[in-house]
Amino acid sequence: MAPAAPKSGDVIFASVDRVNAELFTLTYGAIVRQLITDLEEVEEVNKQLDQMGYNIGVRLVDEFLAKSSVSRCVDFRETADVIAKVGFKMFLGVTASVTNWDADGTTCSLILEDNPLVDFVELPDTCQGLHYCNILSGVVRGALEMVSMKTEVTWLRDMLRGDDVFELQVKLLKQVPEEYPYKDDE
Amino acid sequence: MQFFGGTEISPSPPLPTASGNNGNMMYIFNRNGVCLLYREWNRPLKTLSSQQDHKLMFGLLFSLKSLTAKMDPTSAEKGNLGVPQLPGQGCSFHSFRTNTYKLSFMESPSGIKIILVTHPRTGDLRDSLKYIYNLYVEYVVKNPLYSPGTPIRSELFNKTVDQYVRGLG
Repeated sequence: MAPAAPKSGDVIFASVDRVNAELFTLTYGAIVRQLITDLEEVEEVNKQLDQMGYNIGVRLVDEFLAKSSVSRCVDFRETADVIAKVGFKMFLGVTASVTNWDADGTTCSLILEDNPLVDFVELPDTCQGLHYCNILSGVVRGALEMVSMKTEVTWLRDMLRGDDVFELQVKLLKQVPEEYPYKDDE
Repeated sequence: MQFFGGTEISPSPPLPTASGNNGNMMYIFNRNGVCLLYREWNRPLKTLSSQQDHKLMFGLLFSLKSLTAKMDPTSAEKGNLGVPQLPGQGCSFHSFRTNTYKLSFMESPSGIKIILVTHPRTGDLRDSLKYIYNLYVEYVVKNPLYSPGTPIRSELFNKTVDQYVRGLG
C-alpha cells in the first residue's frame, strides 16, 4: 500500500490537540516579559528569542513531516508555499501568503495578517527595538536547517511597530546536501 | 556466540511471545549517521561490534540510496555517482529482500532513517515505518529532556515500539 497523500493544513489543524488561544498568547507574553527583565537589552532579547525559536524549529520539523506527510519539496518556491499554507496553519492556525519573490527565487516574504502571538500586545516606548515575534523567525530557520537549507530570516514589517501586516523575509543562503559522515580510513 | 560489548543503546531483547516475534531488529539513524536507536528482538548471529555494525548499516544505506538514484531510468538528472544528495530527493529505495530476511527503510526529509529487518515474507511496511516515525515524534522529539542528535534512552518509547512491532504482519 503506497504512503498516504499529503494532508492540507486545515485537516491537520482540525485533528491535532489544541490549546486555548489566550493561554498560548499569555504564556508567550510572559516569556518575553521575563526575558526583558532578565536581559534588559532589547537586542539580547531578540537574539535569545531567535535562539529559542531555533531550538523549537529543530524539533518541530519532525512533527511537521510526520503529521503532514509532505515529501521533499522540489525547489525553494514549493518550500515557501508549504511553510505558509501547511506549516503556519498547522501550528498557529493562521495561513500566511507568499510574495515578493526575487529574480533567482531564493528570497521571498511570508505575510501574516493575523498573528495569535500578538493579541492584546502593545509595545511600550522602552522596547521600541524589540522584535516581539522573533521566535517565529528562529523556528523557520531551525526547521529549514534540518531539511538541509541554510537560511536567513528577518522581519521586514511588524504590526506592533505600526505596519499593517507582519512580513517575514526568508532568504535561502545555500542547500547543504548530506555527506557521508564517517572518514574512509576508520 | 560473541558478546556485544558496551551496547548501552540496546537492552536485553524481550522474551518471544507465543505467536512468535516477527521483527528481527530495528535501527534509527539521524542525518549525521548517529545511531539514535538500535532494538534487537531476534538476532542469533552477531559478528561485529555494535559501532561497526551501525557504521556498516549506515554506509550500506547511504550507498544504496546513491546507487538507486543514479540508476533511475525515469530521472533526467545526469549527476555523477557519489555526488551528495538532499535527503528525500530523487527516487529512494524502500526495501530489499534476501532469502533469509527483508530490510525495510524509510527516510524523512529531515534525515531521520528508520530501518526494520523482518522475516522475508513480510509485506510492504512503509505505513508501519511511518507509524514508527510518528511514535518517534511523540515520545522522543516532544520530550524536552531529550537533546536531538543523541541516542534515545526512553523506556516508554522502547516499550511502545516493541509492542507495535510485535503486532506487525
